[in-house]
Parts: sequence; C-alpha cells; structure tokens
Amino acid sequence: MNIWLLIVAMALVSLAERASFLLLNDRLRPPPMLERALKYVPAAVLSALVAPAVFSSSGVALGPLDVRLIAATLATTVAWLSGSVIGTLAAGMGTLWALTWLLG
Amino acid sequence: MTDPTRSRLALVSVDWRTLSQGFKDALPMVLGVAPFGMIVGVSIVGIGLTAVDATLMSALVVAGAAQLAATALLGSGASVLTILLTVAVINLRHVMYSASLSPWLKRYGLGGRLLMSFVMVDQTYAMSMLRFENEGPDYARREYLLGVGLTMWANWVATTAIGALLGARLPATWQLDFTIPLVFLALLVPQIRSRPALFAALTGAGLALALAALPYNLGLIVGALGGIVAGTVAERALGRAASGVKA
Repeated sequence: MNIWLLIVAMALVSLAERASFLLLNDRLRPPPMLERALKYVPAAVLSALVAPAVFSSSGVALGPLDVRLIAATLATTVAWLSGSVIGTLAAGMGTLWALTWLLG
Repeated sequence: MTDPTRSRLALVSVDWRTLSQGFKDALPMVLGVAPFGMIVGVSIVGIGLTAVDATLMSALVVAGAAQLAATALLGSGASVLTILLTVAVINLRHVMYSASLSPWLKRYGLGGRLLMSFVMVDQTYAMSMLRFENEGPDYARREYLLGVGLTMWANWVATTAIGALLGARLPATWQLDFTIPLVFLALLVPQIRSRPALFAALTGAGLALALAALPYNLGLIVGALGGIVAGTVAERALGRAASGVKA
C-alpha cells in the first residue's frame, strides 16, 4: 500500500476522534465506562508496544542477554529516576552503541 | 435595520487580539514539545521512510505517540487495519477532549469546529479549557484555541522536518529504529502511578509477548485491550477491597 494513502487514512482516524463530539449534538456525553477505561490506555498500549521490541533480537548479545534488552533495562532505570525523555534516550542509545561496538 | 451582508461578514470576522494571545501563550510550550517532534522525525526516517513522508505524517496526523506506533508497526510489516486500530486506541483520549470542549464551542460553524478539531492536541486542549473557564460567555474561544493550536501545529511540523532531515543523514548502523521503544518506555514509566496501572501494563506486555507470533500484529491489539480491561477490573476490585476494609 502506498505510504501516503496510509498517512491520509491515519489522519482521517485521528480527525474523526477529535471531531466526534464537537460535530455531534453537544448534549450527547461519552459513556462513563469510556472515561474509566481511558485512564489505562497509555499503560496498556505503551507496554504492549514496548515489550516485543525490547525482547527482539539485534544479533549482538552479552551471554544470554541481547544488547537491546540490556539497553532497555538501563533506559527504564533512567526513566524511573529522572522522568526525562532525553535522558532515557541518551541512556538507551548510548548503551546500545557502546555494547554493539564492544561486542559486535 | 439589519444588513445581511454585514452580519454574514461578522460571522467570519476574526478577533486578532485573542488569536495572538493564544499564540503568545503557546510559545513556552513550543520549547517543551520541540525535542519530541525532532525525535519523532529521527525515528520515522530510522524505520526507512523519507523526510517528506515524516513531515507529511506530522502535518496530517498531528499525534506523536500514534505516529511512532504506526511507524514501528509499518516497519514490522503489520496490516493496515492493525495500524489504523492502534492509532485509534492511542488517540482515544481525544474523544474525551472533544466531548469536554463541545459545549463551549457550539456557537461556531461546522468549518470552524472541524479546523479546531484538526489542531487539537493535549496542550491546546488543556490551555483552552483553562481559558474558557476563566473568561466570560462572549470570549473569542475559537480564536484563542486556534491561536494556541495553529502555533503548536506549525511547531510540530517544523520540528519533525528538522529531526527527519537530521536522521536521514545518519547511517543505518546507528540503529535509530530503537529510539521508538525507548521513547515509549520514557512515556510508559511515569504512567505507572497506581496498582491498577501496573496491572494494565503487565497484562499488556505479557499478552503482547505471548501472542507475538500471531499474524497482523494481533498480539498488540489483544495486549492493549487486555491491559485496559485488566486495569479497569483491578481498579474495581481494589476499590471494593478498600471500601470493605472501611466498613
């Protein structure tokens, strides 16, 4: 499939959600169920996205551990301690590059 | 005496002062979002898309986490349906924003409401609601929201383009595709503030890993939905346990 067509389809999905209640009758309210479920969307979706990527193989390993798993573990620690996106990226990519260079 | 031409003009007349107030209020946030825009640009070209694709995606989709997820899925050969479903689930919060803004904006026409929807991101929503609640009924809400929203949008597109152009110059041995799970990790960790959220995350990760071999990245969809259900159920169960202790 053409990538631009996919981008347009993604844009339409995004716009439909943002416009939903703004275009509908304003007396309609979302069900309380949606509000409750919404709290857990980030934790559930992000972890489902992260886990397979972190346990995927890069081809370079330190003993039984793939370097990507080691880099992700360090990055998680930095995210926990600092809460900084840039810091997490620096720790993760720095570890990945250093270990790949040393072991690859 | 009413002049129909004049009243029609008045409908599309723009309160420029409020528009520029929105612009000014958005400026400090522009700095905060800029690194994320650049990371998204770098990551998207890291998976093999061009800088033009990355910029176009930011201009039309305007949702960082959803763009990164879609890009990662695209790289792993997921189906179009999986990608669109993932975008929809990640952006589900926008439905809530839409519902909460709608009573404030009902006086504006269809075109105005569509444009406001298009540029509405987390920061634009938060700033606009804060303003609307503190101003009178005649406040130029459309202008304020668009002043913030268009500024955030332009910044998002520009910073993605800069990141994409930088990323396109970096060699493949840098493994820039790994920046995507790292950004998600950085966003995920602060989300785990409660036990139900921890249940949601563990269930999402566990299901996604266990079902990773399923076609069309169904493991992701099942993991995400399972995690949401787990969080909701855990909240209820823990809430009941807590009230049981009190009684």
